[in-house]
Amino acid sequence: MSNQFTPNNPLPQEAPVPEELATFSPEVEAEIERHLAKYPVKRSAILPLMFIVQRERGYLDPPGVAYLADRLGVRVTDIWEVATFYTMINTQPVGKYHLQICKTLSCKIMGEPQITERACQQLGIQPGETTPDGLFSVSLVECLGSCGTAPMMQIGFDFHENLTTQQVDELIVRCRNGQLSNGVR
Amino acid sequence: MFIGAIGCEPLQLARVHLENPQSIETYRKAGGYEALRKALTTMSPEEVIAEVKKSALRGRGGAGFPTGMKWGFVPKDSPKPKYVVCNADESEPGSFKDRYLMERDPHMLLEGMLIAAYALGSKTTYIYTRGEYRYLIEIMDRAIAEARAAGIIGDKILGADFSCEIYTHSGAGAYICGEETALLNSLEGLRGHPRMKPPFPAVAGLYGCPTVVNNVETLTAVPDIIKMGGAAYQKLGTEKSGGTKLWSVSGHVNRPGVYELPMGYDDMEKFIMEDCQGISNNRQLKAVIPGGSSVYIMPASDIIGKDVRMDYEGLVVAGSMVGSGGFIVMDETVDVFESTKNLIEFYKHESCGWCTPCREGTDWLVKVFHRIARGEGRPEDAQLLLDLCDNIEGKSFCPLGDAAAWPIQSAIKKFPEDFRRHLTPTATNGREQH
Repeated sequence: MSNQFTPNNPLPQEAPVPEELATFSPEVEAEIERHLAKYPVKRSAILPLMFIVQRERGYLDPPGVAYLADRLGVRVTDIWEVATFYTMINTQPVGKYHLQICKTLSCKIMGEPQITERACQQLGIQPGETTPDGLFSVSLVECLGSCGTAPMMQIGFDFHENLTTQQVDELIVRCRNGQLSNGVR
Repeated sequence: MFIGAIGCEPLQLARVHLENPQSIETYRKAGGYEALRKALTTMSPEEVIAEVKKSALRGRGGAGFPTGMKWGFVPKDSPKPKYVVCNADESEPGSFKDRYLMERDPHMLLEGMLIAAYALGSKTTYIYTRGEYRYLIEIMDRAIAEARAAGIIGDKILGADFSCEIYTHSGAGAYICGEETALLNSLEGLRGHPRMKPPFPAVAGLYGCPTVVNNVETLTAVPDIIKMGGAAYQKLGTEKSGGTKLWSVSGHVNRPGVYELPMGYDDMEKFIMEDCQGISNNRQLKAVIPGGSSVYIMPASDIIGKDVRMDYEGLVVAGSMVGSGGFIVMDETVDVFESTKNLIEFYKHESCGWCTPCREGTDWLVKVFHRIARGEGRPEDAQLLLDLCDNIEGKSFCPLGDAAAWPIQSAIKKFPEDFRRHLTPTATNGREQH
């Protein structure tokens, strides 16, 4: 069985009230300070800091949210309010390798359906699902700005363009072998 | 993929094929930062704005608003800090030019931003980049560090009495943040909902302060305008659309890519058939969406033999718009009902939910499209879709609603057969059983 998820899932009915604040290494704290220093208003750093929390903790978990609220001097609900608006902020765990296949027009007419079919076939899941071992998720996403090099998918923060079905197989193997970055430590 | 200029000397793409194009040395060797020096040492801020007005540069993000006029709206006597924000949230389906500008020539953007900041009296500027372009943020951060080390960003830039900082900022996956007031909300750490206008950002933008938001391609045009003068830049294009324009070409052409064309390039048929080397697989051209997903779709019959001039005025005459220049080419195998369904799914997904016509309207449109796609189309559905569009267009809080309606209206008008095929009685058999 696969776990269902959507990248911009609404929160569960009641957001859990975090009891503890996440903690980070001095290096990560220094990185956070660098982002905060860019803005005259701390709250502006909310997205950059969410990306850091997500990278360090896998997703925006309740202790991470509590940390952000504390660090930025806003309410926990302010953090959830923003987190649920942006598709790149994960409020639930996703697979280690998230295959985000672009489904918008140029990719669609240049072969996206075959790419998606191949990826799903290889992994035994449907778009929006995660493999039982938690290693892979597949999502269909909207335009990623690779229309001239379609079809494409993003894994972690890397673009894989001008894809063929054979390359999909190779990418999956490279993920399994730990040869691809997933954008997380 | 092709990257280069056709019909003019490359301006914005002049350095993209140099070795190590991202480095400050390459940029300076090619004359980079000389426009900034010229502005800082020989021109007043008012003179810079005057040159940009003369250049007839129009905003390249999609709206085509005259850039010099936008800059002119910033109140000079405001005691508040002023901000310049680069809109690098490139998310319009079909558009990918800003990506290559930043990837191949990051210092050109920094120079354009610094000149804009000098003209507007801004000491703090931000590059708001879509979150998926993480590698570009890294490129821009490296370029910023190089420029700072060279005395080009920071205090007393190039020894002049002008200090300015440039910071990168990442979005997180929301098309709406390309709308300038939604972008500002996002930059303030809020949900990316658009703001009521007026007040316009020039008066009350970021943190309530005077702010100019310009697209990447708009700002990267500025160094050349200062270098050659506004009048010379304007003459590269047409009277009302100065300079050159980047077109992101995708879909069924033999040579997709980023093409720099003079404004007023004549004509679209030649562009597709010769410059882009024709339709792939020896197929026939069926349709073009010339300016990104938001603009009216053009059938081949409106292009072939019609001498369509590629600039703001020419494309309006031809029944579409320049938009962001996201030029999507479709061959005879494409079903325009399907391609339109694809785009309305995009707009439904990206509707921010702030206003009812757009949030509910795009949702209903998708429901109707999906019902038709299931084989349950009804002859009256074409009119139903048009009615839905009519309840969105001009009635939504921001232009995203219009952008969702226009592709559908034009698709039904220009490709009635592609819709009729899905709406015939044989296709409605499923419905009759209920």
